[in-house]
Amino acid sequence: MFDLSLISSTLTALTPILFAALGGALCQRAGVFNISLEGTLLVGCFAAVAGSWYTGSAWLGVLTAVVASAAYSLILAVGSVTFGGDAIVIGVAANLLAVGLTSFLIRTVFGTEGAFSDPALDGLEPVLGQSLLVYVSWIAVAAFAVLLYRHPWGLRLRGVGERPLAARALGVSVTKYRYWAIIAAGALCGLGGAQLALGSVTLFAENMTAGRGWIAVVAVMLGRATPIGVLLAALLFGLAEALGFRLQGLGLPQQATDAAPYLVTLVALFLSSRRNRVSVPG
Amino acid sequence: MRTAPLKTAPLKTVGVAVLAALVIGTVLLLATGADPLVAYQSIVSGAFGPDGFADTLAYVVPVAGLATALAIPLRAGMVNLGGDGQLVLGAISAVTVGLGTGSAVLALLAGILAGGAYAVLAALCENRFGVPLLVSTLLLSYPAMSLASYLVRFPLKDEGSSLPQTPQLPDGARLPELAALVVVLVVVLVYTVVDARTPAGFEARVTGWNARFAEYAGIDRPRLTVRLLAFSGGTAGLVGAMVAMGFPYRFIDGALITPQYTWIGLLAALLARANPLGTLVAAVFFAALTSGGFAMERATQVPRELTAILQAVLILFLAATSGLLRKRGARV
Repeated sequence: MFDLSLISSTLTALTPILFAALGGALCQRAGVFNISLEGTLLVGCFAAVAGSWYTGSAWLGVLTAVVASAAYSLILAVGSVTFGGDAIVIGVAANLLAVGLTSFLIRTVFGTEGAFSDPALDGLEPVLGQSLLVYVSWIAVAAFAVLLYRHPWGLRLRGVGERPLAARALGVSVTKYRYWAIIAAGALCGLGGAQLALGSVTLFAENMTAGRGWIAVVAVMLGRATPIGVLLAALLFGLAEALGFRLQGLGLPQQATDAAPYLVTLVALFLSSRRNRVSVPG
Repeated sequence: MRTAPLKTAPLKTVGVAVLAALVIGTVLLLATGADPLVAYQSIVSGAFGPDGFADTLAYVVPVAGLATALAIPLRAGMVNLGGDGQLVLGAISAVTVGLGTGSAVLALLAGILAGGAYAVLAALCENRFGVPLLVSTLLLSYPAMSLASYLVRFPLKDEGSSLPQTPQLPDGARLPELAALVVVLVVVLVYTVVDARTPAGFEARVTGWNARFAEYAGIDRPRLTVRLLAFSGGTAGLVGAMVAMGFPYRFIDGALITPQYTWIGLLAALLARANPLGTLVAAVFFAALTSGGFAMERATQVPRELTAILQAVLILFLAATSGLLRKRGARV
């Protein structure tokens, strides 16, 4: 039941969520409620596959995904930071746009409907059983921790999130820090999308993120936007998903195991909110 | 959870947003090699023309129904992200009861109860366990979809078919499209009256304007949350029931989720700032765009998803420009 292959499938399930959740945590620290992670992740998946297909290199696919998702996240940055639009409206619309846009593009660019895969599509080579992006995600957690707590940039970012007026009074540009937080979240979602589309599998399917971006939003909340907290929350979800796969092998229907991670997350929220109420930034 | 104060967008911002959506749509159409004029013409005639209007009305039921369902708690600043779960639970419960009893009335009641009870569960998660409503509704949505998917693949599966779908409902448990449309309009009417003329509607609006003031004024927020979510989920369940009881008279796995009714409905409600009639107008417009998209695909071979893109772009521009107005105005 618990063995090496479980760890391996946990890592695979964890990585896209972890990338997206780190992005979400960064935004939350800057005082931006980012619920467009799901859509940004989906754009990353599509861009990774398109990039890999047209350049023939999986790593150029990863690069395409990072650039495309970072660019896509500008929608939230411009809409909510520059124009002051409601972040929830913009986030929901950006998610809907991502579904529409990727479905539109898969039909116009690849000329197929539903899913695109091809034996010639270059995926990420596993290193020690995992794609390199899995290790990158762990480095990203450490980098996030150092940046947030040990670097002036992180101090200012937290200031912007917690006391925007005070930060402005001290000459820190709230707009600039929020923009960079959102763009960095986009780039991280690009890495997550690339891992999903070129690491775990080698294909793009419509709506293939299947709620992972939403789970990342919850992981940020559950982990209180701290590096370790977010990592643990994402790990919990990854483990639930991996165990679900294992139980499927023992005859449990797929739908029961599909539902498990969401219920586990909900229970974890119950338990953690007993000590401290979880809050949504508004 | 705090949403921005709700006011309806002035006409000028609507004009800018429509123009922006048309420009972006034109660029995409030109990129695919289609004639934008022909495409736009086919969207309009497909949405409102003699052969497309029936399709538009068919979309009005789920889109306007869901939009109203999600507008109800939004009026008090509460976001229900679990429309998908409440919708499918309502649909699968209605089909189960419909197949068992052959009664349309019982099937509709089952749909309302299932959707409402499930949404109340999410409200209790916030009241009792301190999990924000936004998250509890969302997280509960996925298990509901899995459950419906399981039921339709195993216990309720139509044995004669290879698709994950239930058998067809008996004649007595079917619902004509027109009846569904009338029910949706009645729901909108009831919501309009309750919102404008009753203490419950006033409590919801006051909470939406300023939640702390509402609490100070003695409005019992946990009770209000449960009530609003019961009506919201009940309406979503009713819509699911009505869609499943209409043509092709069965529950098909994914048929209620893939068209993104919940998200389109939520955006309609957000755009209209949960104003009952405004929500209806926005939802009818989105339903027309969706059905126009199918007509455009038939006429020009351009993927129908173009209209989903137009919708999202429109909303993004509306949100951004109304944010700008708020920034410029006196409010901070």
